[in-house]
Amino acid sequence: MTTASVHPGDTGTPAHQATPPPLGRPRGRRWLGLVVGLVILAVTMLLSIAVGARAIPPDTVWQLLWHPDGSELSVTIHELRIPRTLLGLLVGVGLGLAGVLMQALTRNPLADPGLFGVNAGAAFAVVSAVVFFGLTEPGEYLWFALLGAGLTAAVVYVLGGAGRPSSHTRLALAGFAVAAALQAVTHGFTTMNATAYDEIRFWLVGTFAGREAEVVVGVAPLIAVGAVLALFLGRSLNALALGDDSGRALGARPGRTRALGTLAVLLLCGAATAGAGPIHFLGLAVPHIVRLITGPDHRWLLAYSAVYAPALLLLADVLGRVIAFPAEVPVGIVMAFLGAPIFIVLLRRRHAVTH
Amino acid sequence: MDHRSAGGVGVTLTPALRSPTDRFSVRLRRRPLLVSLLLLVLAVGTALFSLSWGSAVPVAETLAALVGAGTPATDLVVFQIRLPRVLGALLVGICLGVAGAQFQSLTRNPLGSPDIVGFTSGASAGAVFVLLVIGEQAMAVSTGAIGFGLATAVIMYLLSWRRGVNGVRLVLVGVAVSAMLESVTAYLLIQADIYESQAAHVWLVGSLAATKWDQVWLLVGVIVLLVPAAVMLSRPLDQLSLGDEAARSLGLRVERTRLAVLATAVILSGVSVAAVGPIAFVALAAPQLARRLTAGPGVGVIPAAFMGALLLCVADLVARLLPLPGQLPVGVVTGGLGGGYLAWLLWREHRSGRA
Repeated sequence: MTTASVHPGDTGTPAHQATPPPLGRPRGRRWLGLVVGLVILAVTMLLSIAVGARAIPPDTVWQLLWHPDGSELSVTIHELRIPRTLLGLLVGVGLGLAGVLMQALTRNPLADPGLFGVNAGAAFAVVSAVVFFGLTEPGEYLWFALLGAGLTAAVVYVLGGAGRPSSHTRLALAGFAVAAALQAVTHGFTTMNATAYDEIRFWLVGTFAGREAEVVVGVAPLIAVGAVLALFLGRSLNALALGDDSGRALGARPGRTRALGTLAVLLLCGAATAGAGPIHFLGLAVPHIVRLITGPDHRWLLAYSAVYAPALLLLADVLGRVIAFPAEVPVGIVMAFLGAPIFIVLLRRRHAVTH
Repeated sequence: MDHRSAGGVGVTLTPALRSPTDRFSVRLRRRPLLVSLLLLVLAVGTALFSLSWGSAVPVAETLAALVGAGTPATDLVVFQIRLPRVLGALLVGICLGVAGAQFQSLTRNPLGSPDIVGFTSGASAGAVFVLLVIGEQAMAVSTGAIGFGLATAVIMYLLSWRRGVNGVRLVLVGVAVSAMLESVTAYLLIQADIYESQAAHVWLVGSLAATKWDQVWLLVGVIVLLVPAAVMLSRPLDQLSLGDEAARSLGLRVERTRLAVLATAVILSGVSVAAVGPIAFVALAAPQLARRLTAGPGVGVIPAAFMGALLLCVADLVARLLPLPGQLPVGVVTGGLGGGYLAWLLWREHRSGRA
């Protein structure tokens, strides 16, 4: 509890501060922001259920949502849009929390789950599943994707400095290296196997479309475990932010925090990627955006990211359905176009990083 | 062609011998020369082996054809199929080796390469756009690739500019821009029908199989113009690697040098992408390997060039020799080998303490 306020410039819990900091954020306002975020999330979820290729009037949507009647419209909502929305929620929570964890564990403000090879690892595993086992349903190769993403993330994590505060680019470059090597093999398979290629080209853009409830059910427990783990790490991450030695002096256990944090990242990233394919930049950008409200306290950062990231992701998904109506732009593409500019702006704001 | 490149080695030495500010010992200059010669011999040897290997025309008949004593049938195979392909491997290898050496020196990062700074993804997006949206013509694909690649490089340079261009920022902006462009490429690939899409995808992996004489001549022209330029730029580039302040105090025009180097490297990579598609990792690995052999300081343009030629020739030979049902694109081999090498590089850095 007190660890946060030791940090110079930290705006932690007012109770422990002799002098109020210039930018003090009253706890009340942070709760308010969280409630507002939850409302926004609820609205985007409803939008995601209401908006789609088939126009259904809002009152009918509301009616069918609570009273399914087996009609075609009702089936559309319950079999297609609700699983899709839930998947968006899960993936958003996963990537948002993983982003905060990554940035805290590596002390690299530019760390992002999507830049760490999980996508290439999952893609490689999916292609292998298609080539060697003839699987062709997202629900079937979910577990392959999960394994591929998890293993790759673990390898990149070690190569990129194993969670030590490393140079700002090292981890991203390690991710790039491993990803590029895996992509080469994936390409090798897909140039020789049309089925694998046809499967993977749709998987690679990152989408919630065409995922049956099976995928949601498969992903949900992993995200849940990862999320609980992440939310419990808030205080330890605050201590970690002070540096290992000061943290230890305050009773923190940096080694344990890193191990648990890494486990949570693997669960969250792996499950999110396996569920929706590659989604770039969400995990990178959201922590930076919410930090403007929460300040550096990781407990709030995690809570906010878990609410605002899925809201943003669902919004991007709805946007993708509207932009090119009646065609759809996959959410991964919308997200890359929203996220890359944010990333570049952040880069230009930071002090020049040099080796 | 070969003795012309060997002449390039002489060119590297002359300014060094005459330069009054030259601090390097003779011993260090002799070694790059020997290494370059050795690499050249190996590359040409591999090329000759590659040229004469194949069931259609055995070794003796290949040699006969080369000295002008072949039958029309053997002449066709040797001069129209094998020779362009082998020369393409050598020349593209030279382009990529030089471009890689320049990028790495410029970004002061052993992992800097045209793959990383967004150029390749720009060129790929351009080529796929031409292939799938406009309709395929070999010349137009090259133009699209070079056009998009250059545009991407310019945008990257401008986005990275903040009181000068910082190498690390350039790399990270490249990651962001690449993600956007890759999502465009992925979108184009899912919009097209499977056959067109897969053809475009094969191009994206990079293959020497379809190299023709006009591409060979284009590569020769660019190499004749730009490799000497790269050699002349290597001294200013070495000064640049001391840091901007130090370089300025030596009287170097920092931004202008950086721009000239970037332009040379981008055009070299652009032409090779246009000729054979984006081949992974040669640009990244060649300068690194050459540097380990020459044990010399500085950019090492010529050793990197011959190392690139050797690597690509060997990779192409491996791609041809592997007992697979289809033709494996050379990009798969370079990607697999390069990725492994890069991972090893990072692992060593990781073992040798905090990077």
